[in-house]
Amino acid sequence: MSRAPLRPLAHILKARARGENPDAIEAENRARRHEAMADKQRQRAEGRLLVLGLAFFCAFGLIGMRMGALASSVPEEPRASAVGNPIIGQRSDIVDRNGRILATNLQTHSLYAHPRDMIDPANAAKGLAEIFPELDEAELLKDFEGDRRFLWIRRQISPEQMQAVHDIGSPGLLFGPREMRLYPNGPIAAHILGGASYGREGVASAEVIGVAGVERQFDGFLRDPANEGAPLQLSLDLTVQAAAEQVLAGGMSIMNAKGATSVLMDVHTGEIISMVSLPDFDPNNRPRVQTTGDQSDSPLFNRAVQGVYELGSVFKIFTTAQAMELGLVNPDTLIDTQGPLTWGRFRIRDFRNYGPELSTTDVIVKSSNIGTARIAMQIGAERQRAFLGALGFLEPTPLEMVEAPTGKPLLPPNWSEISTMTISYGHGLSSSPVHLAAGYASLLNGGTRVEPTLLRRDAVEVGPRVVSEAVSARSREMLRQVVVRGTASFGEVPGYEVGGKTGTADKPRAAGGGYYEDKVISTFATVFPANDPQYVLIVTLDEPSENSGDEPRRTAGWTAVPVAAEMIRRTAPLLGLRPQVDTPQQVGVTLTSN
Amino acid sequence: MRGLFYVLTALAVMGLAFWAYQENYKTQSAIAEVRSLHGEIGAAHERLSMLRAEWAYLNRPDRLADLADLNFDRLGLLPLMPDAFGAVDQIIYPLPPILPITNPIELSFDQLSQMENDL
Repeated sequence: MSRAPLRPLAHILKARARGENPDAIEAENRARRHEAMADKQRQRAEGRLLVLGLAFFCAFGLIGMRMGALASSVPEEPRASAVGNPIIGQRSDIVDRNGRILATNLQTHSLYAHPRDMIDPANAAKGLAEIFPELDEAELLKDFEGDRRFLWIRRQISPEQMQAVHDIGSPGLLFGPREMRLYPNGPIAAHILGGASYGREGVASAEVIGVAGVERQFDGFLRDPANEGAPLQLSLDLTVQAAAEQVLAGGMSIMNAKGATSVLMDVHTGEIISMVSLPDFDPNNRPRVQTTGDQSDSPLFNRAVQGVYELGSVFKIFTTAQAMELGLVNPDTLIDTQGPLTWGRFRIRDFRNYGPELSTTDVIVKSSNIGTARIAMQIGAERQRAFLGALGFLEPTPLEMVEAPTGKPLLPPNWSEISTMTISYGHGLSSSPVHLAAGYASLLNGGTRVEPTLLRRDAVEVGPRVVSEAVSARSREMLRQVVVRGTASFGEVPGYEVGGKTGTADKPRAAGGGYYEDKVISTFATVFPANDPQYVLIVTLDEPSENSGDEPRRTAGWTAVPVAAEMIRRTAPLLGLRPQVDTPQQVGVTLTSN
Repeated sequence: MRGLFYVLTALAVMGLAFWAYQENYKTQSAIAEVRSLHGEIGAAHERLSMLRAEWAYLNRPDRLADLADLNFDRLGLLPLMPDAFGAVDQIIYPLPPILPITNPIELSFDQLSQMENDL
């Protein structure tokens, strides 16, 4: 770049010729140059400002856009790593002891409406009423045209119904995912499983909560995500449970009973293999709780756990076992059975007169109230109470169901001598069939206490001793004699050496004041096989009456016993019990010894 | 010398930036893949539980009993009863395996047809 000279010679010479000061020219030129420099610098500065401004604009614009984007989008955690397992179903399955499903989940859809978005509410209401016959078209239309913005229509719908609703084509009808609890086996084990319903509901999902039975008891476990979908394994056997329900339902109808219940328990572990209460219900469609009348008439009532009854003569074996344990009697001791036995204003009678005296075994075999009461008088109230307490008859069963605490035994307010006498043959103390099953199991398994449970137990934990091994074996022998030659002769099942005790108790009047003449609770408590106890079965029929003869027969020997025998015949093979066959002497083999 | 050092440093920064950028993208895509796999696993679980529920429903004892009744002519299935158990001595001994022929007798075709005629 060539710079313009500050003192150009030509101008200087001209100026000198004119007699002017040449310095003025230099000053002027210098001023011009400075001006040009200033102009240039200003331009540059302006350019820089522009670039800086643009940069700031871009930066602010970027930040603004990012903020706008963050504000308008759905918040999301920044993910630096992938998290553990995806959600495996909301609620764990419930399975039986062999892993067969008793309760599981099914993915369905719920249907809800946004009436504001509807174009043709009349058509939508008409279409919905056609798909779901229980909906009322006029009511739907009123809701759709009112000022509601949101409306549940159905909690769960099937895929076919969903397609049909799609075909209505209304933009205001929307679907949400919904998990549904399914009991694939229908009413089988309904009382144990209980049922489920929805807790907090949202459009995107709904909480499934248990309302009764093990579903409620183990609600926390079933919903705990830490289990990663591990199922809850019960002690039930689905096949046995189904067979027991079938047999019991048949027996209940043949015996014209109002209700029936059975409990099949493992003698050594206390696991409940099957527990039936009839009438039952379908847990997929659980009926409403009855608000009027007797709760025990509702199908929801679990007779095996909640039903506390005076179970009658089945208690006699506890009395004789305790007397044998205390050394007061042995199976052959003769007991005075001369009747009637009077105590104050009470009279204790037998079903028929059994003569002046019977051996202890025969007291059980013939079911003598007088004989048992006399033995109980020797035992005394204190010791009887302690013994029944050791067998678990004084508190509700520890069964893992929410209903279990309601099955509280009814004890006499004052455990007097007469209470001792009546309790010895099963009157004056009400307990549930599960109590009885646990009591029989504790007494007959060799004499150690078992606690009933609904959960599968692999390790057998031997409980505290209740009676000695010998007393347990003698009690089993007595019960075996009841079937062989006593009141339970219909209870014989070839190959299974059934031992058991019948009990027929008059039902107390609901209003109080004595007992019904023609309404009984008949019970058969059995253990099989008696020589190697494996299972205890309790069958109880409510108000049975066997009408094949001239007059109705209501005693347990005619009603509960045949049902129980059939149940053993059906279930024992399913439990893998081989019938014990008397092997004939092998031909041609002679046993010799030197 | 100093200029070279600056150039190298700048190049190193650019290279590292490029590497970090790439790693970041790889991580993001891996996470996205894991997420989609989780989605697939979830869907598979859902399908599995649906199939299990269906299996349990089709195998419910009531239905099996009905099917056994319907097909009684063909299958003859009865409830398991105590007499279904047998003793070990009711089972026949397995037939002894046929011993291999160690001394075969040679038969010519003529002899064979001769024997057949005799028979």
